Amino acid sequence: MATYYSEEHEWLTVEGDTATLGITKHAAEQLGDVVFVEQQEAGDEFEKGGEIGVIESVKAASELYAPVDGEITEVNEALADNPGALNEDPEGEAWIYKIKIADAAQLEDLMDLDGYKALIG
Amino acid sequence: MSDAPKRTPLHSLHVELGGKLVDFAGWEMPVQYPLGIMGEHKQCREKAALFDVSHMGQVILRGENVGEKLEALCPQAYATLKPGKARYGFFTNADGGIMDDLIVSNAGDYYFVVVNAALRHQDIPHMREHLDGVEVVEIFDRALVAVQGPAAENVVGDLCPAARDLKFMETTEAPINGVDCRISRLGYTGEDGYEISIPEDKAIEVSKAFLAHEDCEAAGLGARDSLRLEAGLCLYGNDIDQSTSPIEASLGWAIQKRRKEEGGFPGADRVQKELAEGPAKKLVGIKPDGRAPARQGVEIQCAEGNTIGQITSGVFGPTVGGPVAMGYVSKGHGEPGETVNLIIRGKPQPAQIVALPFVKQNYKR
Repeated sequence: MATYYSEEHEWLTVEGDTATLGITKHAAEQLGDVVFVEQQEAGDEFEKGGEIGVIESVKAASELYAPVDGEITEVNEALADNPGALNEDPEGEAWIYKIKIADAAQLEDLMDLDGYKALIG
Repeated sequence: MSDAPKRTPLHSLHVELGGKLVDFAGWEMPVQYPLGIMGEHKQCREKAALFDVSHMGQVILRGENVGEKLEALCPQAYATLKPGKARYGFFTNADGGIMDDLIVSNAGDYYFVVVNAALRHQDIPHMREHLDGVEVVEIFDRALVAVQGPAAENVVGDLCPAARDLKFMETTEAPINGVDCRISRLGYTGEDGYEISIPEDKAIEVSKAFLAHEDCEAAGLGARDSLRLEAGLCLYGNDIDQSTSPIEASLGWAIQKRRKEEGGFPGADRVQKELAEGPAKKLVGIKPDGRAPARQGVEIQCAEGNTIGQITSGVFGPTVGGPVAMGYVSKGHGEPGETVNLIIRGKPQPAQIVALPFVKQNYKR
Protein backbone atom coordinates (compact mmCIF):
# COMPACT_ATOMS: atom_id res chain seq x y z
CA MET A 1 0.00 0.00 0.00
CA ALA A 2 1.43 3.32 -1.05
CA THR A 3 0.04 6.81 -1.14
CA TYR A 4 0.58 9.10 -4.12
CA TYR A 5 -0.20 12.80 -4.52
CA SER A 6 -1.18 14.82 -7.58
CA GLU A 7 -0.48 18.43 -8.51
CA GLU A 8 -4.24 18.94 -8.28
CA HIS A 9 -3.95 18.21 -4.55
CA GLU A 10 -5.45 14.75 -4.54
CA TRP A 11 -4.21 11.72 -2.67
CA LEU A 12 -4.42 8.19 -3.99
CA THR A 13 -3.82 5.22 -1.71
CA VAL A 14 -3.08 2.24 -3.94
CA GLU A 15 -3.52 -1.46 -3.19
CA GLY A 16 -2.82 -3.63 -6.22
CA ASP A 17 -4.85 -2.20 -9.11
CA THR A 18 -7.40 -0.44 -6.91
CA ALA A 19 -7.11 2.83 -5.03
CA THR A 20 -8.95 5.20 -2.70
CA LEU A 21 -9.00 8.82 -3.85
CA GLY A 22 -9.59 12.07 -2.00
CA ILE A 23 -8.35 15.63 -1.62
CA THR A 24 -5.46 16.61 0.60
CA LYS A 25 -5.70 18.49 3.88
CA HIS A 26 -3.95 21.37 2.16
CA ALA A 27 -6.62 21.43 -0.57
CA ALA A 28 -9.41 21.36 2.01
CA GLU A 29 -7.83 24.28 3.84
CA GLN A 30 -7.56 26.25 0.61
CA LEU A 31 -11.20 25.55 -0.32
CA GLY A 32 -12.60 26.59 3.04
CA ASP A 33 -15.99 25.34 4.21
CA VAL A 34 -17.18 22.69 1.75
CA VAL A 35 -20.94 22.83 1.25
CA PHE A 36 -21.59 20.49 -1.68
CA VAL A 37 -19.85 17.66 -3.49
CA GLU A 38 -20.97 16.54 -6.94
CA GLN A 39 -19.84 12.98 -7.49
CA GLN A 40 -20.04 10.65 -10.46
CA GLU A 41 -21.41 7.14 -10.22
CA ALA A 42 -19.86 3.74 -9.71
CA GLY A 43 -19.09 2.28 -13.12
CA ASP A 44 -18.15 5.61 -14.69
CA GLU A 45 -14.85 5.46 -16.54
CA PHE A 46 -12.46 8.35 -16.76
CA GLU A 47 -9.18 9.45 -18.31
CA LYS A 48 -6.28 11.14 -16.57
CA GLY A 49 -6.97 14.87 -16.41
CA GLY A 50 -10.71 14.42 -16.93
CA GLU A 51 -13.24 16.03 -14.60
CA ILE A 52 -14.60 13.53 -12.10
CA GLY A 53 -16.51 15.76 -9.74
CA VAL A 54 -16.98 19.22 -8.32
CA ILE A 55 -16.38 20.48 -4.80
CA GLU A 56 -18.22 23.63 -3.82
CA SER A 57 -17.32 25.92 -0.94
CA VAL A 58 -19.46 28.87 0.22
CA LYS A 59 -17.92 31.10 -2.42
CA ALA A 60 -16.65 28.99 -5.30
CA ALA A 61 -16.75 25.73 -7.23
CA SER A 62 -13.59 23.67 -7.80
CA GLU A 63 -13.32 20.77 -10.22
CA LEU A 64 -11.86 17.44 -9.24
CA TYR A 65 -9.55 16.04 -11.95
CA ALA A 66 -8.65 12.38 -12.40
CA PRO A 67 -4.99 11.72 -11.53
CA VAL A 68 -4.88 8.52 -13.64
CA ASP A 69 -7.05 6.58 -16.12
CA GLY A 70 -9.56 4.29 -14.45
CA GLU A 71 -13.08 3.44 -13.38
CA ILE A 72 -15.09 4.39 -10.30
CA THR A 73 -15.95 1.30 -8.26
CA GLU A 74 -17.43 2.95 -5.18
CA VAL A 75 -18.67 6.40 -4.22
CA ASN A 76 -18.52 7.79 -0.68
CA GLU A 77 -22.24 8.50 -0.38
CA ALA A 78 -21.83 10.01 3.09
CA LEU A 79 -20.44 13.20 1.53
CA ALA A 80 -23.82 14.06 -0.01
CA ASP A 81 -25.34 14.58 3.45
CA ASN A 82 -22.19 15.76 5.16
CA PRO A 83 -19.94 17.64 2.74
CA GLY A 84 -18.29 19.34 5.75
CA ALA A 85 -16.50 16.05 6.44
CA LEU A 86 -14.10 17.13 3.70
CA ASN A 87 -12.86 19.86 6.02
CA GLU A 88 -12.72 17.65 9.08
CA ASP A 89 -11.02 14.52 7.78
CA PRO A 90 -10.17 14.88 4.07
CA GLU A 91 -7.42 12.27 4.15
CA GLY A 92 -9.46 9.68 6.09
CA GLU A 93 -13.25 9.36 6.49
CA ALA A 94 -13.96 11.85 3.71
CA TRP A 95 -12.49 9.85 0.83
CA ILE A 96 -14.35 10.57 -2.40
CA TYR A 97 -14.04 7.48 -4.64
CA LYS A 98 -12.64 4.03 -4.74
CA ILE A 99 -11.31 3.37 -8.23
CA LYS A 100 -9.81 0.68 -10.41
CA ILE A 101 -6.58 1.89 -12.01
CA ALA A 102 -6.33 1.19 -15.75
CA ASP A 103 -2.63 1.87 -16.23
CA ALA A 104 -0.39 1.52 -13.18
CA ALA A 105 2.50 3.12 -15.09
CA GLN A 106 0.74 6.49 -14.73
CA LEU A 107 1.39 6.37 -10.99
CA GLU A 108 5.00 7.20 -11.76
CA ASP A 109 3.92 10.69 -12.79
CA LEU A 110 2.53 11.34 -9.29
CA MET A 111 4.41 12.51 -6.21
CA ASP A 112 5.23 10.85 -2.94
CA LEU A 113 4.58 12.66 0.34
CA ASP A 114 7.96 14.40 0.35
CA GLY A 115 7.44 15.60 -3.21
CA TYR A 116 3.97 16.89 -2.34
CA LYS A 117 5.23 18.66 0.77
CA ALA A 118 7.83 20.38 -1.39
CA LEU A 119 5.07 21.43 -3.83
CA ILE A 120 2.89 23.09 -1.20
CA GLY A 121 5.88 24.56 0.61
CA MET B 1 0.80 53.49 -11.64
CA SER B 2 1.86 50.27 -9.98
CA ASP B 3 -0.17 47.10 -10.49
CA ALA B 4 0.60 45.82 -7.00
CA PRO B 5 -2.55 45.69 -4.92
CA LYS B 6 -2.95 48.56 -2.49
CA ARG B 7 -3.03 48.00 1.25
CA THR B 8 -5.51 49.45 3.71
CA PRO B 9 -4.48 50.95 7.06
CA LEU B 10 -5.56 47.63 8.65
CA HIS B 11 -3.26 45.48 6.52
CA SER B 12 -0.88 44.48 9.32
CA LEU B 13 -3.84 43.59 11.54
CA HIS B 14 -5.17 41.22 8.84
CA VAL B 15 -1.78 39.54 8.71
CA GLU B 16 -1.58 39.35 12.51
CA LEU B 17 -5.05 37.76 12.67
CA GLY B 18 -4.15 35.15 10.03
CA GLY B 19 -6.34 36.62 7.30
CA LYS B 20 -6.17 34.97 3.87
CA LEU B 21 -5.40 37.93 1.64
CA VAL B 22 -6.59 38.19 -1.96
CA ASP B 23 -6.58 40.89 -4.61
CA PHE B 24 -10.02 42.51 -4.68
CA ALA B 25 -10.64 45.49 -6.97
CA GLY B 26 -6.94 46.37 -6.77
CA TRP B 27 -6.76 46.02 -2.99
CA GLU B 28 -5.15 43.32 -0.89
CA MET B 29 -8.09 42.28 1.28
CA PRO B 30 -8.87 39.39 3.66
CA VAL B 31 -11.36 36.96 2.10
CA GLN B 32 -11.50 35.11 5.41
CA TYR B 33 -9.69 34.55 8.71
CA PRO B 34 -9.00 31.20 10.42
CA LEU B 35 -12.62 31.08 11.66
CA GLY B 36 -13.72 30.53 8.04
CA ILE B 37 -16.51 32.04 5.93
CA MET B 38 -19.23 29.92 7.52
CA GLY B 39 -18.12 30.76 11.07
CA GLU B 40 -17.61 34.45 10.31
CA HIS B 41 -21.02 34.65 8.68
CA LYS B 42 -22.70 33.10 11.73
CA GLN B 43 -20.66 35.33 14.04
CA CYS B 44 -22.18 38.36 12.30
CA ARG B 45 -25.75 37.02 12.37
CA GLU B 46 -25.54 35.92 16.02
CA LYS B 47 -23.10 38.35 17.69
CA ALA B 48 -20.89 40.89 15.93
CA ALA B 49 -18.25 40.91 13.21
CA LEU B 50 -15.71 43.53 12.20
CA PHE B 51 -15.01 44.06 8.49
CA ASP B 52 -12.34 46.23 6.90
CA VAL B 53 -14.07 48.16 4.13
CA SER B 54 -11.33 50.78 3.74
CA HIS B 55 -11.01 49.88 0.06
CA MET B 56 -14.25 51.76 -0.56
CA GLY B 57 -13.92 55.38 -1.59
CA GLN B 58 -14.67 58.00 1.04
CA VAL B 59 -15.43 61.42 -0.38
CA ILE B 60 -16.26 64.76 1.19
CA LEU B 61 -18.40 67.24 -0.75
CA ARG B 62 -18.36 70.89 0.31
CA GLY B 63 -20.26 73.78 -1.17
CA GLU B 64 -23.64 75.43 -1.55
CA ASN B 65 -26.72 73.24 -2.11
CA VAL B 66 -24.77 70.02 -2.48
CA GLY B 67 -27.89 67.91 -1.94
CA GLU B 68 -29.76 69.62 -4.77
CA LYS B 69 -26.79 69.31 -7.08
CA LEU B 70 -26.49 65.58 -6.35
CA GLU B 71 -30.07 65.19 -7.58
CA ALA B 72 -28.82 65.93 -11.10
CA LEU B 73 -26.69 62.76 -10.92
CA CYS B 74 -28.80 60.48 -8.72
CA PRO B 75 -32.53 59.59 -8.59
CA GLN B 76 -32.58 60.08 -4.82
CA ALA B 77 -34.10 62.99 -2.89
CA TYR B 78 -30.81 64.27 -1.53
CA ALA B 79 -31.98 67.91 -1.43
CA THR B 80 -34.24 67.00 1.50
CA LEU B 81 -31.75 64.72 3.29
CA LYS B 82 -31.59 66.17 6.78
CA PRO B 83 -28.35 66.75 8.70
CA GLY B 84 -27.35 63.59 10.54
CA LYS B 85 -29.09 61.32 8.03
CA ALA B 86 -27.71 58.91 5.43
CA ARG B 87 -29.41 57.53 2.33
CA TYR B 88 -28.60 54.71 -0.10
CA GLY B 89 -28.55 55.72 -3.74
CA PHE B 90 -26.86 55.39 -7.11
CA PHE B 91 -25.45 57.37 -10.00
CA THR B 92 -27.41 56.69 -13.19
CA ASN B 93 -26.19 57.12 -16.75
CA ALA B 94 -28.06 58.76 -19.64
CA ASP B 95 -29.55 55.37 -20.58
CA GLY B 96 -30.91 54.81 -17.09
CA GLY B 97 -28.27 52.21 -16.20
CA ILE B 98 -26.56 52.22 -12.80
CA MET B 99 -23.03 53.68 -12.82
CA ASP B 100 -22.40 52.81 -9.16
CA ASP B 101 -24.30 52.54 -5.91
CA LEU B 102 -23.34 54.65 -2.93
CA ILE B 103 -24.28 56.02 0.47
CA VAL B 104 -24.69 59.78 0.89
CA SER B 105 -24.69 61.29 4.38
CA ASN B 106 -25.53 64.85 5.29
CA ALA B 107 -22.87 65.62 7.88
CA GLY B 108 -24.15 69.16 8.48
CA ASP B 109 -21.17 71.21 7.29
CA TYR B 110 -20.50 68.87 4.38
CA TYR B 111 -21.75 65.72 2.64
CA PHE B 112 -19.99 62.41 3.10
CA VAL B 113 -20.18 59.90 0.25
CA VAL B 114 -18.99 56.28 0.18
CA VAL B 115 -18.58 54.60 -3.21
CA ASN B 116 -17.39 51.17 -4.40
CA ALA B 117 -13.64 50.49 -4.46
CA ALA B 118 -13.55 49.50 -8.13
CA LEU B 119 -15.36 52.68 -9.22
CA ARG B 120 -13.52 55.38 -7.28
CA HIS B 121 -11.66 56.32 -10.47
CA GLN B 122 -15.00 56.81 -12.28
CA ASP B 123 -17.13 58.38 -9.57
CA ILE B 124 -14.76 61.06 -8.36
CA PRO B 125 -14.13 62.62 -11.79
CA HIS B 126 -17.87 62.24 -12.47
CA MET B 127 -18.70 64.32 -9.39
CA ARG B 128 -15.94 66.84 -10.11
CA GLU B 129 -17.24 67.33 -13.64
CA HIS B 130 -20.92 67.66 -12.82
CA LEU B 131 -21.17 69.15 -9.33
CA ASP B 132 -20.64 72.80 -10.16
CA GLY B 133 -19.17 74.86 -7.35
CA VAL B 134 -18.73 71.80 -5.15
CA GLU B 135 -15.35 70.86 -3.74
CA VAL B 136 -14.88 67.08 -4.18
CA VAL B 137 -12.23 65.74 -1.80
CA GLU B 138 -11.28 62.07 -1.94
CA ILE B 139 -10.11 60.93 1.49
CA PHE B 140 -6.95 58.81 1.54
CA ASP B 141 -6.01 59.08 5.20
CA ARG B 142 -8.95 57.35 6.88
CA ALA B 143 -9.87 53.71 7.29
CA LEU B 144 -13.47 52.51 7.07
CA VAL B 145 -14.48 49.69 9.38
CA ALA B 146 -17.90 48.00 9.61
CA VAL B 147 -19.06 46.47 12.89
CA GLN B 148 -22.17 44.46 12.13
CA GLY B 149 -24.48 42.14 14.02
CA PRO B 150 -27.00 42.13 16.86
CA ALA B 151 -24.20 42.77 19.38
CA ALA B 152 -22.75 45.70 17.37
CA GLU B 153 -24.57 48.24 19.54
CA ASN B 154 -22.76 46.92 22.61
CA VAL B 155 -19.40 46.49 20.89
CA VAL B 156 -19.40 50.07 19.61
CA GLY B 157 -21.62 51.61 22.31
CA ASP B 158 -19.35 50.43 25.16
CA LEU B 159 -16.59 52.60 23.72
CA CYS B 160 -18.79 55.33 22.31
CA PRO B 161 -22.12 55.95 24.06
CA ALA B 162 -23.25 58.33 21.28
CA ALA B 163 -23.42 55.33 18.94
CA ARG B 164 -26.29 53.84 20.96
CA ASP B 165 -28.44 56.91 20.28
CA LEU B 166 -28.20 56.59 16.50
CA LYS B 167 -31.02 54.93 14.59
CA PHE B 168 -30.70 53.08 11.27
CA MET B 169 -29.32 55.44 8.58
CA GLU B 170 -28.19 58.11 11.04
CA THR B 171 -24.65 59.46 11.27
CA THR B 172 -22.61 61.50 13.76
CA GLU B 173 -19.08 62.44 14.74
CA ALA B 174 -17.88 61.19 18.10
CA PRO B 175 -14.65 60.15 19.80
CA ILE B 176 -13.78 56.47 20.22
CA ASN B 177 -10.89 55.98 22.67
CA GLY B 178 -10.11 59.66 22.19
CA VAL B 179 -10.00 59.35 18.39
CA ASP B 180 -12.43 61.47 16.37
CA CYS B 181 -14.49 59.14 14.19
CA ARG B 182 -17.50 59.40 11.89
CA ILE B 183 -20.02 56.80 13.01
CA SER B 184 -22.96 55.82 10.82
CA ARG B 185 -25.59 53.26 11.77
CA LEU B 186 -25.82 51.30 8.56
CA GLY B 187 -24.08 48.51 6.69
CA TYR B 188 -24.47 45.86 4.03
CA THR B 189 -25.09 42.62 5.90
CA GLY B 190 -28.80 42.91 6.72
CA GLU B 191 -27.89 43.24 10.39
CA ASP B 192 -27.87 46.20 12.74
CA GLY B 193 -24.45 47.80 12.90
CA TYR B 194 -22.15 50.67 12.10
CA GLU B 195 -19.66 51.88 9.55
CA ILE B 196 -16.94 53.91 11.20
CA SER B 197 -14.47 56.20 9.46
CA ILE B 198 -11.25 56.35 11.48
CA PRO B 199 -7.99 58.33 10.98
CA GLU B 200 -5.55 55.83 9.44
CA ASP B 201 -2.91 56.06 12.17
CA LYS B 202 -5.49 55.08 14.80
CA ALA B 203 -7.42 52.51 12.74
CA ILE B 204 -5.72 49.42 14.17
CA GLU B 205 -5.96 50.70 17.75
CA VAL B 206 -9.71 51.36 17.43
CA SER B 207 -10.34 48.08 15.57
CA LYS B 208 -8.48 46.15 18.28
CA ALA B 209 -10.61 47.87 20.90
CA PHE B 210 -13.74 46.53 19.12
CA LEU B 211 -12.20 43.08 18.73
CA ALA B 212 -11.39 43.04 22.45
CA HIS B 213 -15.14 42.75 23.09
CA GLU B 214 -16.00 39.10 23.68
CA ASP B 215 -18.82 39.23 21.10
CA CYS B 216 -16.74 40.64 18.23
CA GLU B 217 -14.56 38.73 15.73
CA ALA B 218 -12.94 39.78 12.46
CA ALA B 219 -14.70 38.70 9.27
CA GLY B 220 -13.61 38.86 5.64
CA LEU B 221 -15.07 39.60 2.23
CA GLY B 222 -16.32 36.02 1.83
CA ALA B 223 -18.73 36.35 4.74
CA ARG B 224 -19.61 39.87 3.64
CA ASP B 225 -20.76 38.46 0.29
CA SER B 226 -22.88 35.64 1.74
CA LEU B 227 -24.37 38.02 4.32
CA ARG B 228 -25.37 40.66 1.77
CA LEU B 229 -26.82 38.09 -0.59
CA GLU B 230 -28.96 36.49 2.13
CA ALA B 231 -30.11 40.05 2.95
CA GLY B 232 -31.12 40.55 -0.70
CA LEU B 233 -28.64 43.38 -1.28
CA CYS B 234 -27.15 43.96 -4.73
CA LEU B 235 -23.42 43.76 -5.45
CA TYR B 236 -22.25 46.21 -8.10
CA GLY B 237 -20.67 44.34 -11.03
CA ASN B 238 -22.69 41.20 -10.29
CA ASP B 239 -26.33 42.20 -9.85
CA ILE B 240 -26.24 45.75 -11.13
CA ASP B 241 -24.14 47.49 -13.77
CA GLN B 242 -24.16 50.18 -16.47
CA SER B 243 -26.85 48.31 -18.43
CA THR B 244 -29.31 47.46 -15.64
CA SER B 245 -31.82 50.07 -14.54
CA PRO B 246 -32.84 50.59 -10.91
CA ILE B 247 -36.32 49.32 -11.72
CA GLU B 248 -34.97 46.14 -13.31
CA ALA B 249 -32.78 45.70 -10.22
CA SER B 250 -35.84 45.97 -7.93
CA LEU B 251 -34.33 49.12 -6.43
CA GLY B 252 -37.44 51.24 -6.93
CA TRP B 253 -37.71 51.49 -3.11
CA ALA B 254 -34.50 53.56 -3.14
CA ILE B 255 -36.04 56.24 -5.39
CA GLN B 256 -38.21 58.63 -3.43
CA LYS B 257 -41.71 59.52 -4.62
CA ARG B 258 -40.92 63.09 -5.68
CA ARG B 259 -38.02 61.94 -7.84
CA LYS B 260 -40.10 59.20 -9.47
CA GLU B 261 -42.69 61.80 -10.42
CA GLU B 262 -40.45 64.73 -11.34
CA GLY B 263 -37.52 62.88 -12.90
CA GLY B 264 -34.63 65.25 -13.58
CA PHE B 265 -31.85 62.68 -13.24
CA PRO B 266 -29.87 60.89 -15.98
CA GLY B 267 -31.99 58.21 -17.64
CA ALA B 268 -35.22 59.37 -15.97
CA ASP B 269 -37.19 58.61 -19.16
CA ARG B 270 -36.37 54.92 -18.94
CA VAL B 271 -36.95 54.72 -15.19
CA GLN B 272 -40.35 56.42 -15.46
CA LYS B 273 -41.36 54.27 -18.45
CA GLU B 274 -40.39 51.09 -16.59
CA LEU B 275 -42.27 52.25 -13.50
CA ALA B 276 -45.39 52.70 -15.62
CA GLU B 277 -45.13 49.67 -17.89
CA GLY B 278 -42.90 47.28 -15.98
CA PRO B 279 -39.29 46.47 -16.88
CA ALA B 280 -38.26 43.95 -19.56
CA LYS B 281 -36.49 41.90 -16.89
CA LYS B 282 -36.43 41.92 -13.13
CA LEU B 283 -34.00 40.89 -10.39
CA VAL B 284 -35.51 38.20 -8.15
CA GLY B 285 -34.49 35.86 -5.37
CA ILE B 286 -33.93 32.24 -6.37
CA LYS B 287 -33.74 29.30 -4.01
CA PRO B 288 -32.36 26.07 -5.50
CA ASP B 289 -34.19 22.97 -4.20
CA GLY B 290 -31.03 20.88 -3.84
CA ARG B 291 -27.69 21.58 -2.20
CA ALA B 292 -25.74 22.61 -5.32
CA PRO B 293 -25.06 26.36 -5.33
CA ALA B 294 -26.02 28.20 -8.53
CA ARG B 295 -23.23 30.63 -9.38
CA GLN B 296 -23.04 33.80 -11.47
CA GLY B 297 -23.78 33.06 -15.14
CA VAL B 298 -26.00 30.01 -14.61
CA GLU B 299 -28.89 29.93 -17.07
CA ILE B 300 -32.46 30.10 -15.76
CA GLN B 301 -35.17 28.20 -17.65
CA CYS B 302 -38.92 28.35 -17.09
CA ALA B 303 -40.94 25.18 -16.49
CA GLU B 304 -41.53 24.90 -20.29
CA GLY B 305 -37.76 24.84 -20.91
CA ASN B 306 -37.23 28.28 -22.44
CA THR B 307 -34.36 30.45 -21.26
CA ILE B 308 -35.75 33.32 -19.18
CA GLY B 309 -32.63 34.72 -17.58
CA GLN B 310 -29.37 34.29 -15.71
CA ILE B 311 -28.05 34.06 -12.17
CA THR B 312 -26.04 37.15 -11.17
CA SER B 313 -24.99 36.13 -7.63
CA GLY B 314 -25.05 32.77 -5.93
CA VAL B 315 -23.58 31.36 -2.76
CA PHE B 316 -24.30 28.82 -0.09
CA GLY B 317 -26.21 30.76 2.55
CA PRO B 318 -24.91 29.70 5.96
CA THR B 319 -27.93 31.10 7.85
CA VAL B 320 -30.43 29.73 5.33
CA GLY B 321 -28.55 26.41 5.42
CA GLY B 322 -28.68 25.98 1.67
CA PRO B 323 -27.84 27.68 -1.59
CA VAL B 324 -29.29 31.13 -2.33
CA ALA B 325 -29.08 33.21 -5.48
CA MET B 326 -30.31 36.28 -7.29
CA GLY B 327 -30.82 36.65 -10.99
CA TYR B 328 -32.76 38.40 -13.72
CA VAL B 329 -35.84 36.86 -15.30
CA SER B 330 -37.75 38.25 -18.27
CA LYS B 331 -41.13 39.96 -18.12
CA GLY B 332 -43.98 37.57 -17.39
CA HIS B 333 -41.84 35.59 -14.95
CA GLY B 334 -40.59 36.15 -11.44
CA GLU B 335 -43.62 35.78 -9.18
CA PRO B 336 -42.66 34.21 -5.85
CA GLY B 337 -43.50 30.52 -5.96
CA GLU B 338 -42.73 30.08 -9.66
CA THR B 339 -40.75 26.92 -10.33
CA VAL B 340 -37.74 27.28 -12.62
CA ASN B 341 -34.78 25.16 -13.65
CA LEU B 342 -31.17 26.23 -13.23
CA ILE B 343 -28.74 24.73 -15.71
CA ILE B 344 -25.79 23.81 -13.50
CA ARG B 345 -22.95 22.07 -15.35
CA GLY B 346 -25.33 21.11 -18.13
CA LYS B 347 -28.00 19.59 -15.93
CA PRO B 348 -31.32 21.21 -14.99
CA GLN B 349 -31.72 21.67 -11.22
CA PRO B 350 -35.13 22.72 -9.90
CA ALA B 351 -35.45 25.99 -7.98
CA GLN B 352 -38.12 28.38 -6.74
CA ILE B 353 -38.49 32.11 -7.24
CA VAL B 354 -38.75 33.63 -3.76
CA ALA B 355 -39.32 37.06 -2.27
CA LEU B 356 -36.17 38.85 -1.08
CA PRO B 357 -34.56 38.96 1.43
CA PHE B 358 -33.72 35.35 2.28
CA VAL B 359 -33.01 36.38 5.87
CA LYS B 360 -35.08 39.06 7.58
CA GLN B 361 -33.24 42.36 7.85
CA ASN B 362 -32.55 43.30 11.44
CA TYR B 363 -32.16 47.09 11.41
CA LYS B 364 -32.68 49.36 14.43
CA ARG B 365 -35.26 51.82 13.17
